[in-house]
Amino acid sequence: MLEVDAKGFDYKDLNRLIREKVAEGERHFILRHVNGQRYVGAGIEEKIKIEIYGTPGQDLGTFMQGPEIVVYGNAQDGVGNTMDDGKIIVHGLAGDIVGYAMRGGRIHILGDVGYRTGIHMKGFDKKNPVIIIGGCAGGFLGEYMAGGIIIVLGFNKRGPIVGMCLGTGMHGGVIYVRGKVDTFYLGEGAVLKDIEEKDYKLLRKLLKEYCEDFSFELEKIFDHPFQKIVPASSRPYGQLYTT
Amino acid sequence: MQVSKEISGCGLTGFLHKKGKKISGDLIVTSIANMHERGNGLGGGFAAYGIYPEYSDYYALHIMYEDNLAKKETESLLKENLYIAYEEVIPQRKNRFISNPPILKRYFVKPKSSSSPDDEIVKEVMKINLYIKGAFVFSSGKNMGVFKGVGFAEDIADFFKIDEYKGYIWIAHTRFPTNTPGWWGGAHPFSLLDWAIVHNGELSSYGINKRYIEMFGYHCCLLTDTEVVAYLLDLLIRRHKLPLEIACKILAPPFWDEIERMPEEEKRLYTTLRAVYGSALLNGPFAILFSFKDGLVGLNDRIKLRPLVCAETEDMVFMASEECAIRAICKEEVNIYVPKAGEAVIARLGNA
Repeated sequence: MLEVDAKGFDYKDLNRLIREKVAEGERHFILRHVNGQRYVGAGIEEKIKIEIYGTPGQDLGTFMQGPEIVVYGNAQDGVGNTMDDGKIIVHGLAGDIVGYAMRGGRIHILGDVGYRTGIHMKGFDKKNPVIIIGGCAGGFLGEYMAGGIIIVLGFNKRGPIVGMCLGTGMHGGVIYVRGKVDTFYLGEGAVLKDIEEKDYKLLRKLLKEYCEDFSFELEKIFDHPFQKIVPASSRPYGQLYTT
Repeated sequence: MQVSKEISGCGLTGFLHKKGKKISGDLIVTSIANMHERGNGLGGGFAAYGIYPEYSDYYALHIMYEDNLAKKETESLLKENLYIAYEEVIPQRKNRFISNPPILKRYFVKPKSSSSPDDEIVKEVMKINLYIKGAFVFSSGKNMGVFKGVGFAEDIADFFKIDEYKGYIWIAHTRFPTNTPGWWGGAHPFSLLDWAIVHNGELSSYGINKRYIEMFGYHCCLLTDTEVVAYLLDLLIRRHKLPLEIACKILAPPFWDEIERMPEEEKRLYTTLRAVYGSALLNGPFAILFSFKDGLVGLNDRIKLRPLVCAETEDMVFMASEECAIRAICKEEVNIYVPKAGEAVIARLGNA
């Protein structure tokens, strides 16, 4: 285990240090006093664990393919940008574009997230990324979503659980929202569907892991019914240039 | 050597002390420097309130001159219409990263005719910016000033000795210009009277906004979209006497489908605002902070295309592009508040 006091570290030096130590065989990092350093964990393929105390900067865990990152605090914009595998756990809130173009792995956020969470998220075959949000989400959740699963739990809400243009242009994947979603939030191409028993089975499985991460009671989550948002069509623009 | 390039956007930060206690510029520099990567060295700047108590009744004109001719012409114009209590070169420190600064002077003035001194000052500022080649007024408010130029914000701060000023409101900007030139006049903040604004984004409505305010005697001469917002604030809030909250709803109004769902009275209000002030709507991505002698306001565009976060302690209110910029200077454990798209966050002096 390597403990680093990141206070005053330039992000390049911090990331270089992590990469060098990973190459030397280090697998567990504890970073203290992180404040705004970007790209922590970027592109790392090894199954390492990075625990962060403080506020990591933009694009936390971008392009990563295996690490587990735990943030004891808030995260900023671009958490898990284009991540391929691994897991990011945030014991706080996260900013905009969480899981941007994410293609695998898990992101578990305890609190709220900003706008455009899961934008361009995708999935194929065994790759099925998951984002679970304990609080509420801003507008454009799952915009242009092509695959994967987004779950919004809506705890400690001060306003609506989701925002405007929910699932705009989505053509794959699924969004589950705990609580009622007003239809005027739905974006073009997204529809509300009745939830089925197999959905609850999936939710139970995914949320069990989420609850373990945050020592949260699983049954509490199911005190409200869920709603499901899916694409109206898998190829909404298939005829755009052909007719 | 490997050349690396950051792909980023501008950064902004600001704070206000609710009881009006003056705080050294060091603090705002630490905050903006923590977002170094958001700028690319082509612009940095600061606005501070409460810095000229000895001349608090006078308008402080900060003026940049590209040459001595511009200075001469401007000074004869100033002498014609204004009483000048004091003038000097804006104090500077040598900084190896700041090259070829323009001539930078400040004047503490009052209009000779006193029917409407604010309007007189606006007229003078517009005259200088519009008609005198190579002269540009950076700020013109009372007991406040704008310090800005080409460089990273922390180097601009060193150059202008920002550490030697104390203010109860500070805003700062680090620039990453995308479609307008990186020059001294194009750095943020933009300011008129005591309005000062910093902006991250692009205003695609600039042309409409610019033509609209020209009808009211404001002229955009600084080659950057953000300038227009400073003048819109002066028009809407000072001249049209609209409440701050309403002015923000003009800049970032609710969408028509949202208005459609409102109760009757609200629906009428917002329909009227959009009809009367449609040309003042700011389109395109923006996060802005603007300040005036009594407050600090943060505002996002209507679909939240740029970041903005806030925090509050017993004495202070902080707003910035990134949480780290607040954590860098706020030693207390604070909750971060993230405003929604188009939601104005308003902090006023004395609002403890």
